[in-house]
This record gives sequence, structure tokens and C-alpha cells, in this order.
Amino acid sequence: MKSDLGKTQAAVEPISSPVETGGEGISLQSVGHAYGGLRTIDSLDLSVEAQGVVGLVGPSGCGKSTLLELICGLREPGRGTVAVGGSSVAAERLARCAFMPQRDLLLPWYSAIDNAAIALRNQGIGRGEARAAAGDLFERFGLGGFEASRPAELSGGMRQRVAFLRTLIAGKPVLALDEPFAALDAITRGEMQEWLAAALRADPRTVVLVTHDVEEALYLCDRVAVLSARPGRIVAEYGAPLRRSENRDAAVTDPEFTATREKALWSLREGSR
Amino acid sequence: MRRWALPALLLAALIGLWQIAASTGALKDALNLQSFLVPSPVEVAESLWDNRGLLAENAWVTLREMVFGILFAILVGVGFAVVMNRWRVMRDAAYPLIVASQTIPVLVIAPILTVWFGYGIAPKVVIIALVCFFPLTINALDGLRAVEPETVKMMRSLDASRWQLFRRVEAPTALPHVFTGAKIAVVFAPIGAVFAEWAGSSAGLGHLIQSDTANFEVARQFATVAVLSAMALVLIGLTVLAERRVVGWR
Repeated sequence: MKSDLGKTQAAVEPISSPVETGGEGISLQSVGHAYGGLRTIDSLDLSVEAQGVVGLVGPSGCGKSTLLELICGLREPGRGTVAVGGSSVAAERLARCAFMPQRDLLLPWYSAIDNAAIALRNQGIGRGEARAAAGDLFERFGLGGFEASRPAELSGGMRQRVAFLRTLIAGKPVLALDEPFAALDAITRGEMQEWLAAALRADPRTVVLVTHDVEEALYLCDRVAVLSARPGRIVAEYGAPLRRSENRDAAVTDPEFTATREKALWSLREGSR
Repeated sequence: MRRWALPALLLAALIGLWQIAASTGALKDALNLQSFLVPSPVEVAESLWDNRGLLAENAWVTLREMVFGILFAILVGVGFAVVMNRWRVMRDAAYPLIVASQTIPVLVIAPILTVWFGYGIAPKVVIIALVCFFPLTINALDGLRAVEPETVKMMRSLDASRWQLFRRVEAPTALPHVFTGAKIAVVFAPIGAVFAEWAGSSAGLGHLIQSDTANFEVARQFATVAVLSAMALVLIGLTVLAERRVVGWR
């Protein structure tokens, strides 16, 4: 595991993708959303620069997941505009974003590699070529040897890695990650954060990461926005001091990091009231 | 071992009791009947052997009806489910009618269908399908609706077309449910076949039972029932084997 991560960090050449990646930012302007009479998001502004990594933390039910669906073009806002790469058309947002849901949702009838390559198959690429493209990433990201395994045979951390590669391989400039590691135990979660940091160093994308873990957000992101309780709006933003450094343990015990974490936690508590 | 041995033992015990009751004359005395109307298991077995050619001939007719009927039911049942899952308005319109249709006894429909489709295999296939399509439709629809909304979002975001979503997610999710429906359908199929043959036929196990009723051939009736039941069991076994092969990921 550790040695695999070491290799990962050495590999810095960008991952080849069928779609040109990078260069697409996100802009949300006075976005509001409601389910029936229940207002979940209230006049929210957010912008993410191209290849920027922004974390969204907030209490449960503050519309974080809805926000991701709005960005990805899976949903239209009730008010305001959501633009990705300059376009606010839902179909174009959908074309530019890859959505990673909370649970891995790997399809049990496909092998690990076929799960990871599903976006390529959807894009009309043949099975052999899709597997070859995914196979390279399997080697580089510590999944070598598990290509033919069924999802049920993989550990929680491995399933999550396959799910992330599945999102990455789609070749979209924007990744929308919904609490990707929430279901994992604390140790695996830490390892996965390091792993994701390495993957994003090797292949930078515009990322919106939803999490309820302030530490995870501050470690993985350039910037962290704290959302209030429903209806969600941004109550504070923090620049992350040590973005995706190679040594997570050192990063999260750094005095500047812990100071920012305490401030962000305070904002979160205030916003939850 | 225990799974097979215990039921086999119980069956043997029941047949043994029947044998004693029949061969001592206790059964015919209790029912106040002549002995040829109350055959013992040994006599049924003799009839099974003596009539093996006749039974095989008629079993083949009924087997074909059942297989075609079940396949037709799968086609119709899964087709209904796919359409009702795809178009909400179709589900709202058709679902209550499909449920209500199950209150109509097939026994009453069978003669009408025989008038419409004649005395060949066609009305039998339709009647068996009518008996069998309901569990298939309901289970296939449940299966299609078991797809997680989050999986649909993930697939849409990963560029899946409507067809790709069906092929890669909805159909495999529904398959185990379709097999559950198919197993129930196979259990219903012999009932449909016998009703269909009673409504008008010149061959088949149901036809044989009907004509034997007129001639008091009770031993052969029991033999026919045994063959019909064995055929259904074999079909269920084949369905389970197919399920294990096709739905191997479960």
C-alpha cells in the first residue's frame, strides 16, 4: 500500500484522456433551490477557477449534494445561474462534469476494470481499448492485479479508488465528488486522502469536493467554503495552507493547518445554528 | 444431503402409508368405492410403465405448450415492464388493469380463446402465457425500479445514453427479479396447460386426464399427474441452472 503510493507520487506525467482537460472554471451566481416548499439553497455565490480544488463543508441537509447536482447539469436551479466553462446550458454542464456519488455504486456484474472504464464504453470506445486505457491507471494508482476482480471481492478503500478512477477516466475537466470517503474507516480514509492528493497532483482538474470532514477539505483543497444550515449559503471561506502535500500526517499537524481548522470548525458550528 | 434426504424420506413414508391403506382395502372401504377406483402406488407405477409410450407422446405435446407458453409470457411480461418503467403514464394507466385482470379465472377465458384460436397449440400458448405473465411483469417492473437514482445520475454524468443506461444498469439490475418471476411462472404453467387442454384438445396430459375421467382409469390419471409434476420440476430445475449461469455475480 505504502510503496504503491510512493510510486504514484513519482508519476507526474498527465493522464491522457479523450477530452481536453483543464481550463474550465465554475461560476454560481445567486443560486437558490427548493424541494417543494423546502428551501435548501439560498442565494449562493461561488466561483472555482480552472483546475482549482474547492471544498464545501456544512451540516447535513444544507444542500451540498444538490449543489453538486446543479453544477453537473443533473438539475436546474430554481433561481440564479450555474455556469461551467462559461456555459449555463444543462447539457453542456453535463458534458463537462463527472459526478462521483457518496457510495461507490460499482456495478456488481462488471469487473473492476470494466467499472472503471464505463465512461469510455459509454463514449463509444471498444472494450479492448477502454480496458487498456483503464489498465494503465490501475497500475499507477495501486490497483494492479485487481483488474478482473468483481467489486464484491475488493476492500472498501479499493472500491472507492475504482470509483474515483471511473470518474477520472471520463476525461471531464470538472470533477464533482460527493463525500467520497465518508463510508471508510479513519485509517483507510487518511490513506485515500493521500492517494487522491497524489492523483490530483498527477492530473489536475477543476474539483468541487463535498465533505463533512473539515480536516479532509483543508488537506485536499485550495479553498474551503463553509455552508450554513438549510437554506444553505456560504458563511465563510478559508484558503487551505498546505494544499495536497505529500505527507498528510505532517500537513494536518502543522500549526497553521490546525489553526485554520479550528477557525473553520468554529464557522461550521456558528453556521449550523 | 439433509436437504434432499429428509423430503425424500417423508415422501417415501407417505407413499408407504398409501400403499398399506390401498392394498389392505382400508382406503376403498373408507371411501366406499370399488378397488379399481382406489389404486395403490404399485398399481400407479405399473400403469406408468405400461403406458409409457402413450404418456411420453402426450407429455411431449404438453411440454411444448408449456415451454412456448412460458417463453411467450417472459416476452410479454418483460415487455410490459420495460414499457411501464420507461413511460410513467403507461404505468399509471396499465398497472391497475393488469392487477385487476388477475381476478378473471383462466378457466372461463380458456373456452373463448379456443373458439378464437382453434384446437392447435396457439390457444394453449396464449392461455399459459395469460396464467404466467403476471408474476413476470410484476417482478421485472420491481427489478427495473430497483435501480438506484444515484447510479442513474452517475451514469448520466459519465455520458451514458438512455439505451446504454438500460443495457448496462437497468437490465442487469432487473435480471435476478425476472428469474424470480420466471420460477413462479414455471410453477403456474402446468395449471394453464391443463385448463387449456380441457377447453379443447386432441392430445396432451390434460387431455389424457380428461378422457381417463370418463373411463375411470384412475391409476393412469395418477401416473399422468406424476409425469406432469415431474416435468414442472425439471423446468424449475433448468430455470435455476440458467439463473446461476446468467446472474453469476449474485
